[in-house]
Amino acid sequence: MIDWDVVIGLEIHAELLTDSKIFCGCSTVFGGVPNSQVCPVCMGLPGALPVLNSRAVDLAIKAGLALKCTINEFSKFDRKHYFYPDLPKAYQVSQDDLPICGNGVVEISFEGSPRSIGIERVHMEEEAGKSIHAGESIMSSAYSLLDYNRAGIPLIEIVTKPDIRSPEEARLFLEKLKTLLEYTEVSDCKMEEGSLRCDANISLKPKGTDAFGVKAEIKNLNSFRAVQRALEFEVRRQKEILENQGTIVPETRHWDEAKGMTFSMRTKVDAADYRYMPDPNLYPVRLDAAKIETIKNSLPELPDAKCKRFIDEYGLPAYDGEVLTGSRALADYFEKCVQEVGDAKLVSNWVMGEILRWLNAHNMQIEDSPVGPADLAKLVKLVQGAEVSNIIAKDVLEEMFVSGKSAEQIIDEQGLRQVSDAGELEKMIDKVLEDHPDPVNDVKSGKLQAVGFLVGQVMKASKGTANPKKVNEIIRARLLD
Amino acid sequence: MQLTEKPIHYLRELLHSGEITAKQLVTSVFERIDEVDAQVGAYITLNKEEAFKAAERADEMLKQGDARDLLGIPIAVKDNISTKGLRTTCASKVLENYVPAFDATAVAKLKEAGAIIIGKTNLDEFGLGSSTENSMYKATRNPWDLSRVPGGSSGGSAAAVAAGAACGALGSDTGGSVRQPAAFCGIVGLKPTYGLVSRYGLIPAAPSMDHIGPMTHDVRDAAILLQTIAGPDGQDPTSGRMQPENYEAALTEDIKSLVVGMPAELIEEVEDAEVKEALFGMANVLESLGATVRKVSLPHSKFAVACFYLLAACEVSSSLASLDGVRLGSRVFEAEDTVTMFSKTRGLMGKEAKRRILVGTAALSGQYRKTHYERAQKLRTLIKTDLAEALDECCVLLLPTAPSAAFPLGHKVDDPVAMYQSDVFTSVANLAGIPALSLPCGYTKEGLPLGVQILGRPFDEVSVLKVGHAFEQGCSMAARRPKLEVGTSD
Repeated sequence: MIDWDVVIGLEIHAELLTDSKIFCGCSTVFGGVPNSQVCPVCMGLPGALPVLNSRAVDLAIKAGLALKCTINEFSKFDRKHYFYPDLPKAYQVSQDDLPICGNGVVEISFEGSPRSIGIERVHMEEEAGKSIHAGESIMSSAYSLLDYNRAGIPLIEIVTKPDIRSPEEARLFLEKLKTLLEYTEVSDCKMEEGSLRCDANISLKPKGTDAFGVKAEIKNLNSFRAVQRALEFEVRRQKEILENQGTIVPETRHWDEAKGMTFSMRTKVDAADYRYMPDPNLYPVRLDAAKIETIKNSLPELPDAKCKRFIDEYGLPAYDGEVLTGSRALADYFEKCVQEVGDAKLVSNWVMGEILRWLNAHNMQIEDSPVGPADLAKLVKLVQGAEVSNIIAKDVLEEMFVSGKSAEQIIDEQGLRQVSDAGELEKMIDKVLEDHPDPVNDVKSGKLQAVGFLVGQVMKASKGTANPKKVNEIIRARLLD
Repeated sequence: MQLTEKPIHYLRELLHSGEITAKQLVTSVFERIDEVDAQVGAYITLNKEEAFKAAERADEMLKQGDARDLLGIPIAVKDNISTKGLRTTCASKVLENYVPAFDATAVAKLKEAGAIIIGKTNLDEFGLGSSTENSMYKATRNPWDLSRVPGGSSGGSAAAVAAGAACGALGSDTGGSVRQPAAFCGIVGLKPTYGLVSRYGLIPAAPSMDHIGPMTHDVRDAAILLQTIAGPDGQDPTSGRMQPENYEAALTEDIKSLVVGMPAELIEEVEDAEVKEALFGMANVLESLGATVRKVSLPHSKFAVACFYLLAACEVSSSLASLDGVRLGSRVFEAEDTVTMFSKTRGLMGKEAKRRILVGTAALSGQYRKTHYERAQKLRTLIKTDLAEALDECCVLLLPTAPSAAFPLGHKVDDPVAMYQSDVFTSVANLAGIPALSLPCGYTKEGLPLGVQILGRPFDEVSVLKVGHAFEQGCSMAARRPKLEVGTSD
C-alpha cells in the first residue's frame, strides 16, 4: 500500500464591504427587493460606462497587506467572457495577468506546530447577478428570473498556493483567513449571504514525489465544515481510484451536502475559453508607494500580533490568547472588560467560559451579546469584592442574558448578596451546629472532613449567599479552639 | 442656397437677431427632409413632435435674449448615440425597439446649449462599415450623386448635413466613420482626441477607438459643436481632465511658420491621381499662407489597417456579446429550444456584424490571443510612437481622408477587404487617439467632393481647426452644396 500526499489549493471569493458597487453608485445592501439596486451601468445597458470605486481598491490593498502580499503598483482590469444570463454584459470585469496583489502568506497553527500557507494572488472583480430558475436547472426550466441587485458588488478573489496538506488544514486556513478579513473590515465574510465563497482544488501524489497529480475542483462549498468534509470525501475517492490503477479525470465536481458526496459537473476538456482582453473602458490602476504606506498605517493590530500581546501583556496562556483573538470583536470585548476589572485571567475565564458558552448555545456572535463588556465587568468586580459568590454569579449572568437587567439589580432583587458580616453568619452557624451534633463531635474528635459538611449546611441554609470562606473560618474557630 | 444649407454660425446670427425663429428653421428642416429624404435615406427615426416643442421653448428663450450658441439650431444625431426617450437602433434589428433611459453626455450637452434634436440618422449596423450599406433598414445615398454611397458608418449624418436636412450632426468615428463620409459628402468632420468628448451613451463598437465627433458645413461650425460637447465627464472614466477651449475664438487665419508634415509612406499608397492632386494642392495653399511643408516618416503606418481591423474586431466581439435577446435586444421567440432561440436571435444581425464577431472571437481565443491580438496591440504602440515622433517635429500632418471619392452603391459590399481599405488613411488617428479633421479640398472631374485630413497632437484641436479654417478661407470650397434633384421620385 502506498502512502499519499494530499495537495490542496483554495480559491476564495470575498465581497468587499463598500457602500456602493464597484463601477456605479448602486447600493450593496443585502436582501433588497429584486432589481431595486440597479442602474444602466450594472445592468450593462449599451453605452453606459464603468467608473471605478476607489474604496474597493483600498479594501483590496488592505486585504493584500493583511495577507502579507506584494501590492502591485500597476494592475489592470480585463474582461472575462462567458455566457450566462446573470452576467449582464456577457463578460465579467476581472483581473487576469496583472492582479493588484501577489505572493503573500497566511500563518496558521496545525496540531500545535506553525504552518505557512502561500497566497498566489489577490485580484479584484465584479459580482454577477443571481438567476432564479423556475425548475431544477436552467435547461429544465420554462423560464428563469434574474435579480441584478448583486451584479457589480466588488469582490476579491484570493488564490492560495498548493500548500495545504489536509482537509482539516484547509478548514483552519479558512478560519484564519476569515479572521484576517474581518479584522481589517475588508469583508463581513457571511457565507450564508454569499459574501464569502470557496472552491477547492485537490489532488494526490505518492508520498515524497514532486510531480502533482491530476486535480479535481470542488464547488458548492457553503460552510467551512463543508470544505473539510468534501475534501475528506475527495481524498477517499481519489485514493480508491489510484490504488485500483485507475486514472483521475481533470474535472469540476459538485459537493452534495445532504449525500456527503461530490459529483462530476463537467470535465476540464470542455472548459470555457474566457478570451481575456484588457477592458478598454477602464484605465490601469496605478498606485504609488505613499498610498500603499498610508493604507498600511491604517491597518488595525492583526490577530497574530494581538495574540502575542495578550500573552505578553496580560500573562495569558497561549490557548486563551488564540481563542480571545479569534475575532476582533471578541478581543475588543475582552480588553474592555479587563480595563474595568484588572485581573486578565479572571476576565478570560469568564469570557471564554460563561459568555462564549451561552452565545454558542444561542447561536449568537459576541457582537450581538445582550451582556456587554461593561455589564460583565460589573459582575466580575462584585465577585472580586466578595459581594457575590462565584457560583451565584454564574446564575446572575444567566439572568442578565435573559432579562437584560444589571448584575446589581438582580442581586438586590433576589437577595443574592454574599453575607460576610460575622454577626449574621454566627447566627446561621449557631443554628446549624445545634441541629447537627454528630458532625460537631466528629470535628471536635479530629475528623476535619466533617467541617465541609457543616459549611455546606450553612450554605444551604443561606441559599448560597453566605461567604463560604468566612463560614469555614468561624466553624473551625468555634469547634477547634 | 436654401436656409437649411447655411452654416450654423450664420443661422445663429439670424436667430439671435430675430430675423428668423427656431420654429421657422425647424419647419424648413422638416420640409427639406420631406423633399429629399425619400431619395437620400439619411434618417431612421424623426423626432418631429419633440423638435417642435423644443423650438417653441427656444423661441421663448431667444425672445428673452438668451444667446446660447446652439439655441434653436436643428441637429441630427447618429443612431448609435443614446437619446433619452427616442429610439436608438444602431441600424440593427436587434435594437429595433430599444429606447434609452438616458441621454449620451454629448446629446445632453447639445440640449443644454439649446440645440434641437431633429432625428436619428442611418449608419452601418453598429457602426461597422464604410458605406452605410450595412444598415439593416436601408442604404443611404450620396446627395452629390444618388447612385453612390455617402460613406460610412456615419453616412446618414453626412448625407443629412450635405442635403440640408440638418444644420449639423453628431457622428461617431472608430476607424474613420466621421471623416470618410464627411469627405464623400463634401462636409467637415472632426474626430477629436480620445477622451475630449465623453463616450457615455455612445453604443460601443470598439471602445478604445470609438469617438463622437461633429459633422458640419464648415470648420467654424465644427469648432462650435466641439466646444459644446467636449469636456470632462465623471461618467466616462476615459474622458480627459481638460476643460474644453473656446475653439471658435481660436480660429485665426495666421498659420505662418507652422510646420505641416506629409507622411511619406502613406502618401505613397495614394493611387488615385485626383486625390493626390487635391492633397498637394492643399499643401501648396498652406505653403502660400506661410506654413512650412515637409516630409515625415511613419514607418509602421502600412500595417495600420490590419492592426485596426484585428483590434476593432476583438473589441466588437466583446461589445456585442450581450445583445443576445436575453440580456438585451429583440428576441426571436419562435424557436423550439434555447439554443435555437439564441441562434435565430443572432440571425437578426447583419453579415458584417457577424463577420467581425467571428473574427474577434477567434483572435481572442486560445493561442491566437498571443499570435494575433497581443501582436496587434504591440503594433498599435509602434504606430502611436511613430505619430508622436512625427508630431514632435510637425504641428500637424496632412493625409487624404479616403483613397478615392464616393464609390457606387454595391461596388464593394462583396469584397470586405477592399471595403476595409477605405480606412487606410483614417485608422491611424483612431489607433493613436489623436485629433483628425476632414474637410473638402477639391472635386473630381465628375464633380464629387474629395476630402483631406489634418491630424494633430493630442488635445491640440486648436491647431487642427486653425489650419483647416485657414485653408477654407484660402479657397472657396465651403460654399459648395450638392445640386440635389428633389421631390421627383416619391
